[in-house]
Amino acid sequence: MAEPFLIGDAMTGGYGGADILHGCTIAVEPGEIAVIVGPNGAGKSTAMKAVFGMLKLRGGAVRLKGEDITTLTPQARVAKGMAFVPQTSNIFTSMTVEENLEMGAFLRRDDIRGTMEQVYGLFPILKEKRLQPAGELSGGQRQQVAVGRALMTQPSVLMLDEPTAGVSPIVMDELFDRIIEVARSGISILMVEQNARQALEIADKGYVLVQGANRFTGTGQALLADPDVRKSFLGG
Amino acid sequence: MDILNALVAFLNFVFIPGLAYGAQLALGALGATLIYSILRFSNFAHGDTMAIGTVFVILLTWGLQSVGVSFGPLPTALLALPFGIVLTAILLLATDRAVYRYYRRVKAAPVILVMASLGVMFILNGITRFIIGTSDISFTDGERFILTAGDFRAATGLAEGLAIRTTQGVTVVVALIAVGLLFWFLQKTRTGKSMRAFSDNEDLALLSGINPDRVVTVTWIVAAALATTAGTLYGLDKGFSPFTYFQLLLPIFAAAIVGGLGSPIGAIAGGFVIAFSEVMVTYAWKKVVTYLLPDSLAPEGLVQLMSTDYKFAVSFVILIIVLLVMPTGLFKGKSI
Repeated sequence: MAEPFLIGDAMTGGYGGADILHGCTIAVEPGEIAVIVGPNGAGKSTAMKAVFGMLKLRGGAVRLKGEDITTLTPQARVAKGMAFVPQTSNIFTSMTVEENLEMGAFLRRDDIRGTMEQVYGLFPILKEKRLQPAGELSGGQRQQVAVGRALMTQPSVLMLDEPTAGVSPIVMDELFDRIIEVARSGISILMVEQNARQALEIADKGYVLVQGANRFTGTGQALLADPDVRKSFLGG
Repeated sequence: MDILNALVAFLNFVFIPGLAYGAQLALGALGATLIYSILRFSNFAHGDTMAIGTVFVILLTWGLQSVGVSFGPLPTALLALPFGIVLTAILLLATDRAVYRYYRRVKAAPVILVMASLGVMFILNGITRFIIGTSDISFTDGERFILTAGDFRAATGLAEGLAIRTTQGVTVVVALIAVGLLFWFLQKTRTGKSMRAFSDNEDLALLSGINPDRVVTVTWIVAAALATTAGTLYGLDKGFSPFTYFQLLLPIFAAAIVGGLGSPIGAIAGGFVIAFSEVMVTYAWKKVVTYLLPDSLAPEGLVQLMSTDYKFAVSFVILIIVLLVMPTGLFKGKSI
């Protein structure tokens, strides 16, 4: 099988002290949505952070387009086309929506207006509120700002750490629709989700992690249909 | 009852001095609040940064005067100010290299940076006295008054005179220009926005590719410009002495905290709150009150709430009240 577009291969490591990840593998192809689910403390967010270089690996490697990026800093990975939306504190609250997007494009020296229009096209409400401080927006709108900020670098991979944490079910559906739209434009999506069932429904690929290791891997539909997965993680 | 004379006396002895002092404090507080919000510590050396920046300006002013350069009716020090800012910026960047950078790299707690700045404060304090001595220095020249009390009386026929000193006018105009430039820089330029982003959310700023070293460098340069300008204006207005500048630290931090630490608009508002409180509490109101009340009720005492010796108590009391009642200040800064 050919090398995936982005792969965290047999990653082992933690935040110093005991390892959290034990040979965990996560991969995603262009235009695909890969979702990491699993019980609390399974190391979902940690796996994501490891792929983005926010923690040091003791074993394994991270490769983007076949290039080993294991030793690169998160900032360097941004320059390589990876974008990350943290779970919390993912916007500049005191700055306007438009300034948030501008800061997302900080590394770019070319004209960013086209990308900004694309983001406004994806999230029309942001265009309406573009001169308002982002901290004054609702939870769902803030998440849109956060995703929009990350998209401003025109990334090839978008990584989302629990994008629907703390938003209402309606907003969650809306956000998932937008994420599918982003994936259709050819961007790989790697996402950690608490709402496992809904997330797997839109996933091309699902990873169920338990105690820092891969327990089940398959297409979202296959995992949803798997009786073991259903029984242990989806509540029957 | 003589409302007009009372008003003129109020303007002359309270409002105009308070306005000039408030503008000086506001510039000082802006520098302190900027360092707090971006470098994330209270810089105790800020008062002495103002002092040494002013020393640079004084030395350059003397140099300009000795070769016969003057600025017409305006103080020569204004010509020396840009060069003084450059020297102060170099000094601050060198201090950052020698002291603060290490603590940033080891991610030291803010209180450790505060203690380091205390050390820097003592050293700058010593260097200042070493260079220029401890005595009071007046370095203003040019026209002394924009409006003299005598001219005002002759023009209006009022008993009270209204005087506006050139240094007071210069203070307000220069402060307006400096604040205008600062807000334009923070709101409109890419570098200014990146500084606000860094202050707002450091991790996300790093994720967005904002270079922290560059933000830190620019912050010190802007702080140097604000401190040198504030110190020079204060010195032109009231004379320079190293000890006074060291003492300015209290009203400056009081101003920054009253306005809300980290908020530039708050620093300006806080500067004026502190300045006017100080002037109003320590002013002897006898003259104004005598004009306003009928002769039979004229006060015998000075009607002064507090002796000027206690002016720092005013800053202190305001500071304590604000910290107790609204710790984030008037403009929702960070609480400390």
